Parts: sequence; C-alpha cells; structure tokens
Amino acid sequence: MESTVTTATSGEKIWGGDNEPMGANYGKLMMWFFIVSDALTFSGFLAAYGFSRFKFIETWPIADEVFTHFPFFHGVDAPMYYVALMTFILIFSSVTMVLAVDAGHQMKKDKVVLYMFLTILGGAIFVGSQAWEWKNFIKGEYGAVETKGGSLLQFVDKEGKRVALADFASSANAGREQLTKSKGMWFMSEAPLASYSVAQVQAGFKANPELLVRTEVITKDKKKTVLSRAQSEAMLTDAHYVVEGANLVRNEYGSKLFANFFFFITGFHGFHVFSGVIINVIIFFNVLVGTYEKRKSYEMVEKVGLYWHFVDLVWVFVFTVFYLA
Amino acid sequence: MSHVHVSNIGRIWKVFGILSAVTIVEVILGIAKPDFLYMTDFLGMNLLNWIFYALTIYKAYYIVWAFMHIEGEASSLRSSVVYPVIFLILYLLFILLTEGHYIFEVFKNSSIKWNF
Repeated sequence: MESTVTTATSGEKIWGGDNEPMGANYGKLMMWFFIVSDALTFSGFLAAYGFSRFKFIETWPIADEVFTHFPFFHGVDAPMYYVALMTFILIFSSVTMVLAVDAGHQMKKDKVVLYMFLTILGGAIFVGSQAWEWKNFIKGEYGAVETKGGSLLQFVDKEGKRVALADFASSANAGREQLTKSKGMWFMSEAPLASYSVAQVQAGFKANPELLVRTEVITKDKKKTVLSRAQSEAMLTDAHYVVEGANLVRNEYGSKLFANFFFFITGFHGFHVFSGVIINVIIFFNVLVGTYEKRKSYEMVEKVGLYWHFVDLVWVFVFTVFYLA
Repeated sequence: MSHVHVSNIGRIWKVFGILSAVTIVEVILGIAKPDFLYMTDFLGMNLLNWIFYALTIYKAYYIVWAFMHIEGEASSLRSSVVYPVIFLILYLLFILLTEGHYIFEVFKNSSIKWNF
C-alpha cells in the first residue's frame, strides 16, 4: 500500500496545489518519467536488434572481427579496447556529475563548477571517440563482394586470415571512369564507384591460388565458413557488386541489417550524449553566473544529472549488445 | 527538501570502483572468450553472453540506485519508475526474440533458398 498511497496519511493538503506527489518536485518527477519513456524507446531499438539477430542467427557478423581499431596503432588487432576506454570515459563523467550534484547539495559553488566542467569534457571526448569509431566503420578495412543472391563473400588466405581486396585485386583493365556531372550528358552522375570492379576482383582471385572465400554462415565451432578453392571459384562467378566499408544499404561486415542497427542505435545514443553536453553547458553557465546560488538550491544540477546518468546507463547496454555479446 | 543531505562521496567512489571492475572483467572475458563458456549454449544464447547480460544489469542497478540516487527517493516514485520499465522490457524481449527465432526456423526449414 505504501507505493500507492502517498499523501493521504501525511496530513498534507492534496488539492490546494503546492504539494509534491511522491516526494519529488515537478521538474524532477517529470525528468524521471521522461527517462522511463526514453528507456523504453531504447529498449525497443535494442529488442529490434535482438529480433533481427535471432532471425539471422547463423549469418550474423562476429563483433570482435568488426571493431578492431585503436588510435595510433595501425594494423594492430585490438578488439574492444577502444570501446572499453570510451565506456570508462562515460562512467567517469557520470562520477564527476554525481560529485557535482553532491557539491550542490552542500552549496559549494566552486566545486560544482569544477565537476560540471569535467563532466562536459568527458562527454565531449566520448562524442569525439564515437565519431572516430564511425569513421573506421564507414571506411572499412578489407572489402568484400556481394553475390547476385545478396550474400556477402569475404577473402581469406590458407590460415584463415582476412585478406583485403587491395592486396590481390588485379590492377589490369582498370574498369571505367567515374561518371560525374561535368562529364556526362544532361548533367548525369552516378554513385561513387568502388576502388575495384567485380572483374578485377575475380581476375585477382584467379591469379592467387592460395586465396579462399569465406561466407557469412557460422559453423558448429562458431567460426565463419571457409569454402574450398573449387567452391570459392564457383561462388565468385556469382559476384555482382564490390562492397567497401559500410553505408545504409550494404556493408562489408555481413548482414545488411547489422550496419543499419549500428548506425541507428549508436547514432541515437550519440545524439543523446550530444544534447546532454549542450544541456550541461547551459546549466554550467547558470552555475557560473550564480543563478542557483540566488535560488538557494542546486536542484537543476540534479535534474540534468539524472539525464546524464541515463545516457551512461544506455551506453552500458549498447556496449554489451554491440561489442561484447 | 524533506530529507537532510549528507555527503555521499565515499559511496560514489566505491560505486565507481565496482563499475570499473565489472567493465574490466567484461573486457577480459570478451577477449579471452573461454571455450567452456562460449561453446555452451543455454536457452538460445551461449553462457558467455548470459554472463555479459547479467553483469550489465548489475552495472545498471548501481547506476540507477547510486548515481541517479533512486534509493533516496520515496518508495512510490521508485516503484512507479522501476517496475513498469522492467515489466515492459521483459515482455518486449520475450515477444520479439521468440518471433525472431520462429522466423529463423521458417527460413531454415522451408524450401526457399534465401542466402546464396
């Protein structure tokens, strides 16, 4: 009963205004319920990701083959380290935020200023890191080929190590020139051409007998299927499109939906971080000019703090769903 | 303000320690991928993933309870925020994951070849 009956026993005036349902003032209560609805929005996205992953459970990309970059370490295979670092940055900015709220309760303006500044800094670094992460994802590393049936073929050597298109695609017969507005008739243009044509990839594959094709299908021992040389050659005759990096239509990592979900969910989260930083900046300046000092309450800092922790909370789940599991 | 505010700095750093430790454990497990966990499937997911999700919920608990300080709110507020979210998410996950698995089976066992 305690959870449903809030004010009847407290002797408070219920209908005259000025009362605080559930012991929280209007702003804080509404921030909580906004967070509830936003949490459900994110849950909808992540559950949709789970739906698609279960639907294509045998062909879904393996996460630690996709995110392997670390700044200044080119070519080093470093799965997860960078996102783990991003996670720390965001958790730490959550800590400085809660320290700012704590300092606000004690009306220590200087400390609130310092901690809010650190929080904003952490948020900005996080958004920057995410941009870098997107850049690597969009650029891609190895390249792949799509068949007429829509499945994706990647290339490996005898040991099963990935081989990039650039390492074997034939440079002979360099395909055709990009059609641009300045060259075509009637201002025609076309989508950017891939670095290599399908024919160049096929010729290069023929010339390198040690290469094999790897399909999307996951085997019993949870690795991607590597075809025999004969099967590989047969499969490659069906190729019709060279895929490099990722966009909203296709990506070199595997299932087309994978990149769509990655862009949409991490993008939506990144937008939340970005707006969180903006809101924090506004509150930061309010603290600086002494608005809350005059108001004798730093509760506004607590409200943006709630939002900021929520962004951290969502990232904890995005981290697990996209990078770990 | 109905309640008196005492400084929580000790607890904040303790929770930061817990969250960091759990994240480090997750990353170590994710890189090592021990076979006895990764290769064992249980209810549609391998044990390693179950551990990841359990640790994630553990972290989420600390973020909501300590950082968002829902432990200091009235129990009515706490209940009205936490229970609907938990119930709706479990419901949504159950519906969508069951359906996803069903469609997977349909694709797999039908005479339609979709991935070639």
